[in-house]
Amino acid sequence: MERTPYGFLLVAAGGFLGAVARHAVDVGVDGALAAASGSRLALLGGVPAGVGTLTANVAGSFALGVLLTCASSDRLRLLVGTGALSSFTTYSTFVADAVALGTVAGAGYVAVSYVTGFAAAALGLAIGGSYRR
Amino acid sequence: MSASPLLATALVGGGGALGAAARHAVGLRVEGRRSVLTLNTLGSLALGAVSAAPIGSTATLLFGVGFCGAFTTFSSFAVGTVRAASETGPRAAATLAASNLTAALAAFLFGSHLVAAVSV
Repeated sequence: MERTPYGFLLVAAGGFLGAVARHAVDVGVDGALAAASGSRLALLGGVPAGVGTLTANVAGSFALGVLLTCASSDRLRLLVGTGALSSFTTYSTFVADAVALGTVAGAGYVAVSYVTGFAAAALGLAIGGSYRR
Repeated sequence: MSASPLLATALVGGGGALGAAARHAVGLRVEGRRSVLTLNTLGSLALGAVSAAPIGSTATLLFGVGFCGAFTTFSSFAVGTVRAASETGPRAAATLAASNLTAALAAFLFGSHLVAAVSV
């Protein structure tokens, strides 16, 4: 299944949805933050880099943990796991945001992303595992 | 000039579909946790190059946000690291977490500096 053209098609379809959803979260989070904080953000030079990516990475890590422990079909794993959730989250933009934030804020951003991302994945694995039993 | 929402969706989604399929192809050939490290390093190198290249917002949405964003993954990395911690021990997990960061960061900086040097 995973090596067939159909498998690749499932992954690509999921990838389309995951990337579009990540972009929507990024744009939406930036807009919501700007609206909520008003002129105060102007002092920081706008919404800081990485808030949307962090949101997507943490939510996607939790969801993948749940999916991998309780999904029963290969089809679902390819479409939602390898396709959508893996594309919804991103490592390259995470690194780009860390670089854009500079050394101190970037290091903090990496630390927060790692701690919350690992916690979300562990929670997802635990919840998915207990649901399966 | 920024792309319209519909065009942006098509560009990000199209790039995402290609990036996910390419990631799947690499995942079938490179084994286990090493594949995520390989993907994240290569994708960060490419994004570094894209971010420094004098290209418009259309190409950035397609290659940067779409392709590179989907080719690399944080969720598989996070789940893989948590599993490494419980299966192999905290030392293996720490090595995995640190190597992804170091390699991807170095690759991103290399890609952006290389393109910046060439395009002057």
